[in-house]
Amino acid sequence: MKKLLPFLTLCFALVLSGFVGRPTADGYQVGDKATDFKLKNVDGNMVSLADNKAAKGYIVVFTCNTCPFAKAYESRIIALNTKYAPLGYPVVAINPNDPAVAPGDSYADMQKKKYAFPYLVDESQQVAKTYGATRTPHLYVLTRKGTDFVVSYIGAIDDNSEDPKLVKTKYVENAMTEILAGKPATTNSTKAIGCTIKWKRA
Amino acid sequence: MKTLFLAFGLLTAGPGFAQQVAVIKFPELQKRLARPTDTTYVVNFWATWCAPCVKELPNFEQLRTANAGQKVKVLLVSMDYASQLGKKVKPFVKQRGLKSEVVLLNESDPNNFIDKVDPKWSGALPFTLIFNNKNKQRLTFEKELSRAELDAALQKVRK
Repeated sequence: MKKLLPFLTLCFALVLSGFVGRPTADGYQVGDKATDFKLKNVDGNMVSLADNKAAKGYIVVFTCNTCPFAKAYESRIIALNTKYAPLGYPVVAINPNDPAVAPGDSYADMQKKKYAFPYLVDESQQVAKTYGATRTPHLYVLTRKGTDFVVSYIGAIDDNSEDPKLVKTKYVENAMTEILAGKPATTNSTKAIGCTIKWKRA
Repeated sequence: MKTLFLAFGLLTAGPGFAQQVAVIKFPELQKRLARPTDTTYVVNFWATWCAPCVKELPNFEQLRTANAGQKVKVLLVSMDYASQLGKKVKPFVKQRGLKSEVVLLNESDPNNFIDKVDPKWSGALPFTLIFNNKNKQRLTFEKELSRAELDAALQKVRK
């Protein structure tokens, strides 16, 4: 037994590290359960997914003040909240950028934005890492299943960042139509160009 | 005097000196990425608006000069909008004196090509792909690269 114990401890540690390491390395896939977070909003209050009991889900967007693509999509993110918050899917925006690397993404700069939805600071960048967010903007639709939130869509907002008038496919809206109808999204994962998240320098 | 100034300007900006920026569609880029040659390609996806991209560009230029005469090809793929070609991209290339080949990928929906460039690319810029199709070696980086990192990656792929 004495010999077995270190071996068992090692096995346990390996299993544990496997579980802990996976979401950090790869992030979420559609169908994964999203863990809740507690992040500071621009109004100083802490916000968690569990706070809003009426929410059927959330449109979580990793975005920021500085990235030209985040700026290009800002009005479209606001429009998503206007359209889907009344349907039970409000937007929650999270800024994961290290302001030391991206000046202009500081908490004070974030507070200049007056969104109708939370704009949270992911100071430790842990939430972005857990989700597997790599760029801004990077969007996740979460759907409530009991007390859990399940990832239902990951990716792009639409197919034309330059000009909203030239958009042919509204990826997230198409997904939302199906999700609201209680169906899984046909196109549940898309990719878009964006700015790398400004990770803290090691 | 004014005309003389203009004439001088036209002469120095002549086509012989200016670096060309070809505007291409994805199938053309895909064809180039699939060429079965022994040349090691260093393909960097960047944009004039991307700060870390702009910062690392000199590293690619240095890599190119350091490997001149070898089977190494540096290709800089601008993800700027085609509408910005004359306003931003060409002046940038000229001002920075970029000598590596620069192309502008004119596709509006990145979801149609990102996975075809490499499934490991999430779409964030900068993204660098180093490959040798004859060796079947391939490395990808979705981050800013230092000169040393670039050198090390190139050596690994050329082996």
